[in-house]
Amino acid sequence: MWVAFKRVVRSGVVGFWRSTFVSFASVFVMTIALFVIGAIMMIDQLLGASLAQIESKVDINVYFNINAAEADMQALQGRLEALPEVSEVVFTSREEALAAFRERHRGDELTIQALDELGENPLGASLSISAGDTSQYETIARFLDEQRVGESPQAPVIDRVNFVKNKEVIEKLASIIGVVERASITTMLILVAAAVLITFNTIRLAIYTSREEITVMRLVGASNTFIRGPFMLQGVLYGLVSGVVAIIIMYPILYWLGPGTETFFSFNIFHYFLANFVYVFSVIVGSGVALGLVSSAWAVSRYLRA
Amino acid sequence: MIYFDKVSKWYNDKESIALEQVTFQVAPHEFVSIVGHSGAGKSTLLKMLIAEDRPSEGSVFYESLDIHRIPRGKLPKFRRKIGTVFQDFKLLPNKTAYENIAFAMEANGRDDSEIAENVPQALALVDLEDKAWNFPHQLSGGEKQRVAIARAIVNQPDIIIADEPTGNLDPIATYEVVQILKKINDLGTTVIMTTHNKGVIDELGRRVITMDSGRVVRDDATGKYVL
Repeated sequence: MWVAFKRVVRSGVVGFWRSTFVSFASVFVMTIALFVIGAIMMIDQLLGASLAQIESKVDINVYFNINAAEADMQALQGRLEALPEVSEVVFTSREEALAAFRERHRGDELTIQALDELGENPLGASLSISAGDTSQYETIARFLDEQRVGESPQAPVIDRVNFVKNKEVIEKLASIIGVVERASITTMLILVAAAVLITFNTIRLAIYTSREEITVMRLVGASNTFIRGPFMLQGVLYGLVSGVVAIIIMYPILYWLGPGTETFFSFNIFHYFLANFVYVFSVIVGSGVALGLVSSAWAVSRYLRA
Repeated sequence: MIYFDKVSKWYNDKESIALEQVTFQVAPHEFVSIVGHSGAGKSTLLKMLIAEDRPSEGSVFYESLDIHRIPRGKLPKFRRKIGTVFQDFKLLPNKTAYENIAFAMEANGRDDSEIAENVPQALALVDLEDKAWNFPHQLSGGEKQRVAIARAIVNQPDIIIADEPTGNLDPIATYEVVQILKKINDLGTTVIMTTHNKGVIDELGRRVITMDSGRVVRDDATGKYVL
């Protein structure tokens, strides 16, 4: 058993080394296929990051009446935070709103003067609510509507909710995000399928050149396992080498793209690559090895049917 | 030792008949030549012996074993009893002469010490010790065929099957190959060979089976090449 294993390993490595051109061609094509898979992983991250960023900018604002009691506002915040759809609720007090207003209009003398003229703070406190998913804003808005129904008409706590105004934008955005996600998943599936098929075909061709050898091996009485072994090992070596080469190619490209993605998506793809190196490496090299193994086993078995 | 019992082979519903009611026996230590025109069915006959092809009718026996009833998983083991030599040598192009011969032993599960001992012996028998580390493309036709013969005999098979072993060789290489086959036969191995070469048959002076259109038309104990 051990002797057979040793022979299979030696024969596989020697075969990989000696059939230089076939090995080179296979590694070349597989490198491209694995690079595509790697690129897809990176693009997926970028897309996810940009969608998350856009989503985080969507929120519902609840503006409280100037006279609303602190306790009522806090109670509402508590109830909102208890909703499963809500991911974050940020409370802005009247003073904070005023400070932000002054900050925003600094240099705009007229507005500041008008504000000073008023003498008192005209701004109410507000809540900014973020949902876990854009499609859930509708639910949150409905919840807020119910809250308003329960309030006393003389001294309402909630002045207005800006959802209706934002509704159209939010809905549009939600549908765009959905389309982009579906389109990207479809594209990725197609690209991955293409990469897999190309690899399958390349290895099948590599083994097609060896079909005579397989016949000869059978004629000298080699068992199917003994014939298949070295080819499968060669497939694994193709995958291993291609995976490592693909990673080596990705490194400088991502290094170069990193700052650009930082400014554009506020997500540095190079930092992501480094931070998740073990994961990216295992996915790319792992799929290379698995593809090489499966496709060579499959290709050889076509010539083994006695 | 080998017994063909009314073996017929046809393709496409009897449209083309390769073998028709072929019956003959081969005894141990015999050197049998099978002659006939191209398409007479010589190669089909040999393919049946190594279970590469199945008869449409009749059976082929190796001792008491019906060759075409051997389960697929046990075929490799059966094939190890038979050494094969082909017109086109069928060497593994990525392996040296030594490795080609060693491969047949590795496939047999022989251990390394046996391989180290037997491969040089086989190379010596075909007089190619000095070309052990050459690849097939670095060898002449006659040398390649001698490597193929060394590979066929290295596992000490009971039978050597040679399908037109001299078909691609010049007269001198042909003579050498036939002499080696004769030597192997003298050492006790049964040899079954197909050939077109009149000179080879006349020189051998051994049993000749003549085939025509899939039938055995002549079987002489010390035959000449007659067609």
